[in-house]
Amino acid sequence: MEFVAQHPILVVSLIKIVVLLFLLMTALAYVTWFERKVVARIQSRIGPLYVGAHGLLQPLADGVKFLFKEDVTPPAADRFVYVLAPFLALSLGLATIALIPFGPATIMVLGVPTQMGIANVSLGLLFVFAITSMGVYGVALAGWSSNSKYPLMGGLRSSAQMVSYEVSLTLSVVGVVLLAGTLNFNDLIAYQSGHWRYVRFLPHWNVIPQFVGFLCYFISAIAETNRVPFDLPEAETELVAGFHTEYSSFKFAMFFMAEYANMITVSCLATILFFGGWLSPFPERWTWQLYIPGVGLILGGILLAYDTAMNQRGIARIQLAVVTIGALVIGAACLLPSVMPVVQGPFWFLLKLLGFLFFYVWTRGTLPRFRYDQLMDFGWKFLLPVSLANLVITAFVVMVLNR
Amino acid sequence: MTLPIILFFVFAAIAVIGALMMIFFREPIHSALALILVMVALAVLYLLLGAEFIAAVQIIVYAGAVMVLFVFVIMLLNAGEEERTNISKLAHYVGWPLGIFLTVELVYWMLRAPIGARATTATIAPGDPTRDLSMLLFRSYLFPFEITSILILIALIGALVLAKRDS
Repeated sequence: MEFVAQHPILVVSLIKIVVLLFLLMTALAYVTWFERKVVARIQSRIGPLYVGAHGLLQPLADGVKFLFKEDVTPPAADRFVYVLAPFLALSLGLATIALIPFGPATIMVLGVPTQMGIANVSLGLLFVFAITSMGVYGVALAGWSSNSKYPLMGGLRSSAQMVSYEVSLTLSVVGVVLLAGTLNFNDLIAYQSGHWRYVRFLPHWNVIPQFVGFLCYFISAIAETNRVPFDLPEAETELVAGFHTEYSSFKFAMFFMAEYANMITVSCLATILFFGGWLSPFPERWTWQLYIPGVGLILGGILLAYDTAMNQRGIARIQLAVVTIGALVIGAACLLPSVMPVVQGPFWFLLKLLGFLFFYVWTRGTLPRFRYDQLMDFGWKFLLPVSLANLVITAFVVMVLNR
Repeated sequence: MTLPIILFFVFAAIAVIGALMMIFFREPIHSALALILVMVALAVLYLLLGAEFIAAVQIIVYAGAVMVLFVFVIMLLNAGEEERTNISKLAHYVGWPLGIFLTVELVYWMLRAPIGARATTATIAPGDPTRDLSMLLFRSYLFPFEITSILILIALIGALVLAKRDS
């Protein structure tokens, strides 16, 4: 305890890092489940069903499968870089979450008051871009070190693609920064609080003045995370599996997890920059909105209870009963007067995040893949000019309004 | 020994070792990776000095853009291991004396300057360093800033012209 008293920030940060990492890894696993379920619905299938109720234990089974598969290293591969690449991809994908604030409330960890989120950096946005700009190395080095032609082509494609789209990704966000006049996430969210003066039911979120910027941001973000319709680095019909063709076992799983971690990061950023982060969409005077998280969870729990009683048999029924009780208990806890104000921020943040993740999966289930030259033309000849024009117009408007 | 000082020595050591590795590795990609390590370690040193903006820009520009281009070109050309040559007589005869001279000079100036005393008393100026930096860049030094950007544009167009000449 003496050490805690001497270095409170260090110890508290370490605790928060461990907790957040655990939550993030669980979230990564269940985003894969979510994606498989939603894509299955889009394609009139059922999706994972047999491992656990509704396939809820499928991520765990997948993890165990990856761990026990044979780990093959091609003999012609550059061993050091070959091993380094998946570690780089995953650690850079996970690192950005340290800068994301999840709520406004101060929580107590070991008696030390601290904010939700690991670090509150004054230039948070710049540091997120710094880390994502390094993200390309994981893919590029994986492609090169495999010493095989499909990975090399995939790695080259993805380096070119990620470098190209990073430009419009960064430029599309500058409009928001100009409006708020800050790079700090907490200040960016604080700028979006309240409602518009004339249209009072609309929240003061950046997505309304910066709608073009938001579109540019989200399209570039999909390209930056190598997802459909921009998943050319791993276009299976032409490149087998692209940069991770030669990777097997847990190294492949690491690339897989890195992709989902990047998806979560990019969605977090979209939530903070354009959709008001942890702010609720309702005006502050509506005090009944404080009950939404608890009541919502309890209603979800009741729905699950109905499903447990009516549709499940055997062990699946026990598993779903556990989930049901969990949802009901957490929902009831959210209604306690001491917990209620704390859960508001994270609840709205996670709800918006889930919306973006659903949008990601939706595009994947709907859109066909671009051709490579179309992708490059679209990035350089359409997205970049549009985001530049958006930036110039925003700068002009901000200058006129601030006179 | 406070935490920032320990971190300073750790990352200074990483930067020096990375620089040495960059020179001694034979494979171009390994050298490029070592150079990225140096850039990131330098960014951490800037961060320890309280220069957050410079640290972020160091990573975005050097580690995230310039070195990606390096790695990309090495991959595209599929460059093999470097070869050792004995062609440059100049490097052979002047290299060692010049290196020793520069090291001696560096040590001399380090011993003369009261670095330790100054570093511990240095404080970060109050206010927003990013705002101060942009004020300097876009008010006081606007003209050199714009000239630099035009210079880069010229280099860009020049490279394009040279690349297109063959076809």
